[in-house]
Amino acid sequence: MFDGSILDLAILETGVNPLRRCQQLLTDRSYEGLVVTGYGRHLVAPTIGGRVVSEIGAYAVGARYLYPDCRTVIDVGGQDSKVILLSDEGEVQKFEMNDRCAAGTGKFLEVMANTLEVGIEELGDLALSASKVVQINSLCTVFAESEVVSLIARGEESSAIALGLHQAIATRVAGMVRRIRPKERVVFAGGAALNRCLHQLISEKLGIEVTVPHKPQIVGAIGAALVARGGEVGGGQVIRETVNTLMST
Amino acid sequence: MTTDNVQMWTELGIDLERHDTLLNALGPIYQDIYLSQKNRPEGMGFFDFVVGDIHGIRVHELRKHAIEGNKVVATYCVFVPEEIVWAADAIPVGLCAGTQFSVPIAEEVLPRNTCALIKSSFGFKLGRICPYVQTSHLIVGETTCDGKKKMFEILGEYQPVYVIEVPNKKTDFSRKLWLSEVIAFKGVIERLTGNGITADKLSQATKLVNERRRTLQRLSNLRKARPVPISGKDALLVTQVSFYDDATRCIQQVNALCDEVESRVTAGEGVFPADAPRILISGSPMAIPNWKLHHILETAGAVVVCEESCIGTRNFSDLVSENGGTVEEQLGAIAERYMNIHCACFTPNDERLDDIVRLAKEYQVDGVVHYNLQFCHTYANEAVKVERALEKEGIPLLRIETDYSDEDVGQLRTRVDAFLEMIR
Repeated sequence: MFDGSILDLAILETGVNPLRRCQQLLTDRSYEGLVVTGYGRHLVAPTIGGRVVSEIGAYAVGARYLYPDCRTVIDVGGQDSKVILLSDEGEVQKFEMNDRCAAGTGKFLEVMANTLEVGIEELGDLALSASKVVQINSLCTVFAESEVVSLIARGEESSAIALGLHQAIATRVAGMVRRIRPKERVVFAGGAALNRCLHQLISEKLGIEVTVPHKPQIVGAIGAALVARGGEVGGGQVIRETVNTLMST
Repeated sequence: MTTDNVQMWTELGIDLERHDTLLNALGPIYQDIYLSQKNRPEGMGFFDFVVGDIHGIRVHELRKHAIEGNKVVATYCVFVPEEIVWAADAIPVGLCAGTQFSVPIAEEVLPRNTCALIKSSFGFKLGRICPYVQTSHLIVGETTCDGKKKMFEILGEYQPVYVIEVPNKKTDFSRKLWLSEVIAFKGVIERLTGNGITADKLSQATKLVNERRRTLQRLSNLRKARPVPISGKDALLVTQVSFYDDATRCIQQVNALCDEVESRVTAGEGVFPADAPRILISGSPMAIPNWKLHHILETAGAVVVCEESCIGTRNFSDLVSENGGTVEEQLGAIAERYMNIHCACFTPNDERLDDIVRLAKEYQVDGVVHYNLQFCHTYANEAVKVERALEKEGIPLLRIETDYSDEDVGQLRTRVDAFLEMIR
């Protein structure tokens, strides 16, 4: 990233060796600053260098950069889901994260897509094509999977089941959003924001038109790049300090 | 591991193979979490030694006491009035129940969706891996939570268990109930030991336990200094060890540690930079060897300066009146002191909210971390009120729900990192 334009972008699966993955990514690439975020940040940073920023901080900075009036960030990623409340100045004021289970995360959707024999990218459209909805009561990935299997066995349409799953996850995410008393604009980021059905349902449940950026899954990466670059990002004090330290060293 | 220990464990009916696995796991964990810390007070050496021989020397002492015809009374909760136990020449020992190791064993019997502390404690008995449990003549439970209450019924099939009823409200009627429970407990201990509890004995015991509380208060107060002279992990360990170590020795060792820590404060020396974010932990107890949250916080650059918890202030903040008097008068004073423990088992329990706000200010914390053992419903629900009380004061709060396993460490680190970024 340079002067706010993305020069290069790569999205890869973490794989079983995230450190080697990162080393491969950085080979033959030149950069002025490096910031590591996400799960594995503490694994990777000591070896390849770079400052560590939590993904909550990174998403806050990234979303705020893309939408300067953003006050709330929803991030539904693979491993967890988070909701971040920002101050007028863009500092992290409060955040919520799902507890100790995959309910309401991309992983949940992935497992369910498998069970319904569709690709993760088709799941949202399948749900949107439904003419009816079935209620899914379980949000635990394991229980929900067996619930889905029994719904299939009952002869329910897979589109209706898919819609039920989206309803369940949207209710859960919306509940988490309401907990922090969201302010507009609400930006929905993370891989699951690519799912149109989830986007629509979360907007409906909150009664707020939620904004999904182009390439929502890289909002955290943009935030990290901005921290690395320094500059006029309205992040929290630590972000500014990080920037200052990076600029001075 | 000395042959002495192995022989003792065999006599106590310990499952040696399983027990070896537990102790062999503890060493590296302790190295990683404790011994790797920099600039620790020398006075921590005693506590390192105690943990290094965790199932050895202290158990030998308790066994000796038992062989001489005396009793050992095991407890799980700070509501059990230990003065009464000491006064009958019995030794109380706070059982640990802080490891994932015994959880799968317990899950062979107990429901999985039960808090880790309950499962861990039950697993220690079921798996025969805790020599303290094996040495004790009576386990004293209490009614501070529904899960424990029911677990004690099942635990009673394996070893004598007596359950004290802790009331759920703070009314006059509840106080009367509690006083009668304290009096009944005195009878239980007298019958167990065959020793009558005299006013003199009870007064001596009260002074002893108060003195230990005072030394723990002293250590706690030293943590108010900036930079903080002792890590939260070390301070946590001291209180954890105080639950089962000999009271007189513990008092000496903690005081020696405090002398050293005090000179650090005078010299302005600290174990963390003066600007390290200061954290108050509030919520569920942390039994040894549960150092998970402190370790995550302190390796992320924060320092824990206080625990509003049964392992912290709730255990030592209040003393029993030492005015003496008759046995009945002293039991009244004991009952009064224990009713002042602001446990989430009470409704309402707004005094705890006041405590948290007061401690946050006294210890000049930058944020509060509410620690909740998963499936601990009283603390989980009370956290809603804690959040409101802190919001009113403008004190940042991070709510954590977890258990003893390591599977969620990544998620916890993300939360903690983000929280520290937020409050710095």
